[in-house]
Amino acid sequence: MSIHKGRGFATINYPIGMNLGGDPSQALVHSNPDGKFGVALSSIDLGQGMKQVTRQIAAETLGVPVEDVYVDTADSDTGPHCMGSFASRGTHRVGNAVIQAAKEARSVMLEAAAEELEVNAADLETDGKGNIFVRGAPSRSISTGEACGAAQFKQGKTVSGRGIFLIPLSDVDPETGEMTPVSCYAHAALVVDIEVDDETGEVDVKQMNSAYEVGRALNPRMVEQQLVGGAWMGMSHALWETTEPYYPERTHGPADFNQYLMPGPGDIAPHDIAILERPAPDGPYGGKGPGEMCANPVLPAVANAVFNAVGVRIDELPITPEKVLRGIKANGGARPQGQR
Amino acid sequence: MSKKPVQFTLNGESKAVFVDDGQNLLDVLRRGVGDLSPKYGCGQGTCGACTVLIDGEAHLSCLTLAETVEGRSLSSTGGLAQGAELHPLQDAFMRHFAAQCGFCTSGMLMAAKSLLDRNPNPSRDDVVEAISGNICRCTGYEPIIEAILDAAQNGAGRRSA
Repeated sequence: MSIHKGRGFATINYPIGMNLGGDPSQALVHSNPDGKFGVALSSIDLGQGMKQVTRQIAAETLGVPVEDVYVDTADSDTGPHCMGSFASRGTHRVGNAVIQAAKEARSVMLEAAAEELEVNAADLETDGKGNIFVRGAPSRSISTGEACGAAQFKQGKTVSGRGIFLIPLSDVDPETGEMTPVSCYAHAALVVDIEVDDETGEVDVKQMNSAYEVGRALNPRMVEQQLVGGAWMGMSHALWETTEPYYPERTHGPADFNQYLMPGPGDIAPHDIAILERPAPDGPYGGKGPGEMCANPVLPAVANAVFNAVGVRIDELPITPEKVLRGIKANGGARPQGQR
Repeated sequence: MSKKPVQFTLNGESKAVFVDDGQNLLDVLRRGVGDLSPKYGCGQGTCGACTVLIDGEAHLSCLTLAETVEGRSLSSTGGLAQGAELHPLQDAFMRHFAAQCGFCTSGMLMAAKSLLDRNPNPSRDDVVEAISGNICRCTGYEPIIEAILDAAQNGAGRRSA
């Protein structure tokens, strides 16, 4: 019995969202009488950080402190339509819709301020701390709260905005079948180091090193956290999880968490991540979406590492000890491919 | 089915409830006394989301018969914060981004508290062992492990509450 070291590599180009049906998402923004803003979405935050990121985007666009914005998500009765939280589309699609809605609300807020200050709205700026002032004359100012209050109680204006993201449908070229399914790509590369036990077929992940290009990291800590958690999911898909271990035969499928295997806290590997920022021209403040690509490169990288370690090419997930062992036996023993 | 009276303390407050034969503690905490901080994950003791402390020891409340806590002292995540002041573990979880969807967080916090209460200076392996009965689907565990080690360094285990 011996332990074989292996290294695998994978790179991905990951599409953000999809262009089927225009991939729409909408947002509504309005000010309360006290000048705090609400953003209504039906987009769902499952913990990825959509609420936080759309809050930052709305505050940045409105020109108000982030504390002055409240995001109400996941209620399709009160929020405008969203396609959903999938395909890594949340930040990019919903973020763009929020920018459009916040721009419209901001212009009403500035018009209201202009009327109160008796100046031209085009000469007004926000300081991001809750004040609107005349460019070049900072003493001529009004708070965002006062401007929103004046709009709603003196001037008869709703400080509100509507936003939608919709990509033009891409026609399919009848000759070549060519189309543009996606408008924005993120990129990643991942190297994984593993050890394979040729007696048990077990694969032990020792180290992951990755680089992710995610446009602008709108909230760097949340991006990093999503990448750490997503890589765990990738490891889990690569080596543990399945509902149909002998598909298409339905036998031995897990019935509960006792049998549905996932790596526990003792099975995780150190993971060094480099986040590269190359702002996307069509992204909200340059942001793309980490989303699913956090997990994706881990799977092919682990499969490549197993081949590198013992010369067994496995093309069905998960890469269980049984499959590794059968592969080693079929080859008449482990065939390490050597490190390059 | 007969009902049995059961009295216990939960986060320092006395509670008295009538429980059914065979009713589990998680159900009594959530529906009987209205503490929603322990979560119902799998209902069979595999996920750890329902973890509470019984006389300081971590237990899976979904597998604990409610009538067995008669006269005992229970703690749940609902009692961790002192008013607006978070428990050092909660604070560390927040700073280390140790929660994403948050469903496992309550159980993780109680498993961690049980560890730090008996071992204020745990090693990384001790932490891994302590949360090995708790499943997290989002974070990849690393931020949780780091948060618990950080809380230990800040003296979370030496705090009496």
